[in-house]
Amino acid sequence: MRNARQAPLSLMLLTALVAVFMLAPIALSVMAGLVNNYSAGLKSGLTTRWLFEVWDNYGNTVVWSLAIAAMCVIGNLLIGVPCAYMLARTQSRWARLFEELLTLPVAVPGLASALALILAYGTLQGFRQSFAFILVGHMVFTLPFMVRTVSSALQKHELLALEEAARSLGASFSQRFLGVLVPAVLPAIIAGSLMVFTLSVGEFNLTWMLHTPLTRTLPVGLADSYASMRIEIGSAYTLVFLVVILPVLWALQAVGTLIGKHYGN
Amino acid sequence: MRSGFRPSRTLLAVCAAPAAAFFAAFWLLPVVRLLALPAEQGLAAYFVVLTNGRYLQSLLQTLGLSLVVTLATLVIGALVGITLARQRFRGRQLLLSLLTLPLSFPGVIIGFFMILLGGRQGVLADLTNSLGWGRVTFAYGLLGLFLAYLYFSLPRAIATYTAAAEAMDAQLEEAARSMGASRWNVARDVWIPELAPTTLACGAIVFATAMGAFGTAFTLSAKFEVLPITIYNEFTNYANFALAASLSIALGVITWAVLWISRRVSGSVAI
Repeated sequence: MRNARQAPLSLMLLTALVAVFMLAPIALSVMAGLVNNYSAGLKSGLTTRWLFEVWDNYGNTVVWSLAIAAMCVIGNLLIGVPCAYMLARTQSRWARLFEELLTLPVAVPGLASALALILAYGTLQGFRQSFAFILVGHMVFTLPFMVRTVSSALQKHELLALEEAARSLGASFSQRFLGVLVPAVLPAIIAGSLMVFTLSVGEFNLTWMLHTPLTRTLPVGLADSYASMRIEIGSAYTLVFLVVILPVLWALQAVGTLIGKHYGN
Repeated sequence: MRSGFRPSRTLLAVCAAPAAAFFAAFWLLPVVRLLALPAEQGLAAYFVVLTNGRYLQSLLQTLGLSLVVTLATLVIGALVGITLARQRFRGRQLLLSLLTLPLSFPGVIIGFFMILLGGRQGVLADLTNSLGWGRVTFAYGLLGLFLAYLYFSLPRAIATYTAAAEAMDAQLEEAARSMGASRWNVARDVWIPELAPTTLACGAIVFATAMGAFGTAFTLSAKFEVLPITIYNEFTNYANFALAASLSIALGVITWAVLWISRRVSGSVAI
């Protein structure tokens, strides 16, 4: 049966072509960020000078992006997990309508949500000019990912029985929730947190409208550097994204897989 | 809900209250204001995307581009996904994770990638220049946008189709084969029906993402104007808030409707 399941040559070629299309720009950008002069190519020699220049000019966007993503995860854990419990334990039409509403910010383009936020709160100077303005935008956009992931895990029948057992033994709601339910759905909570973190770090559509010169995140800084600077700077900045952000995402992913295995869901 | 156990309504309301309050304050209320804004200029302001030639053209261009990108993504994604699911070779897992890497890239990076490939200082321009044809560019036009949209859509499609193809029942295909079905017949009668739900869900997300993609088009500052760029220009360059709101509503309604229909038809949870 080996032969029958072998893909035809044409499909192999297409896969190779797609791989080149997807990976060549990454390689090209890494190379361009490390050479002295992009138009002269590798002949001009390798340097880390662009990387340092980017770090001096935009290093704080990296830190703030990670900080906002972390705050976004924490905020969504605090309000999203209890909300997921409500959605998992009721079948009322109002709850379904609420769930549909919650997912709207994902379907509606980020640009529109950002416009709405600016029109509603743009005049509150203190709020408008702080990172909190970007944070609330990221939170409404990522909340449905947390809620849906956790809510579908909480719906399992075993959990309902477990919760009922805990209650009949006299456990209060907070004991049930924190002692029984949260540990049981921990892999889902972690998966949701990871999704939220990744989405927040890369979010541009909303953030570009919500940022101010003093509240820039990494994607905003990227767009700024692409528009106004040399190709080496843009490439070096992209390289910073690849070597700072991706390892963080991978590490979180690894932790998530580990915990998922440990709790064996 | 087989068991009779139900938490009290008050408890559930208390659980949902923080999220509800947050969502109402920072999305619902602002969006209601956004929805109301064009009304100040009369009902006709809501339909400006259909009645004004320039905006209609921008909408049609965005729709056309998104549709073509979705079709191309589904076809290429399915073929590559199926290949990766069945072909065993060294480094397959690595290739698969590299191909899905761009899922976490912001759109602006993908725009920049297209500039590296087809911009004024891009690879293609260098190549054609050394051949004596002048500096050929494609990044800032329709082709650049198409390739950029394809770039950010393909990882999702490849990952989804690889997972779906790996989960497929191989016996069905072997049975068809042993009864003498050709490759094409197998594809038509086994593969396409089995992958139809995946295609529908994935296609809807790809389409919706393409419709709302702003970062990529913004970086390429494209000559081919898409609706998110039109909205952005109206808002920032002309301070035309009501018009920007009206165009945003049109865009939002289209993407939401596509996602809603696909969820209704396929029954799967696609956000």
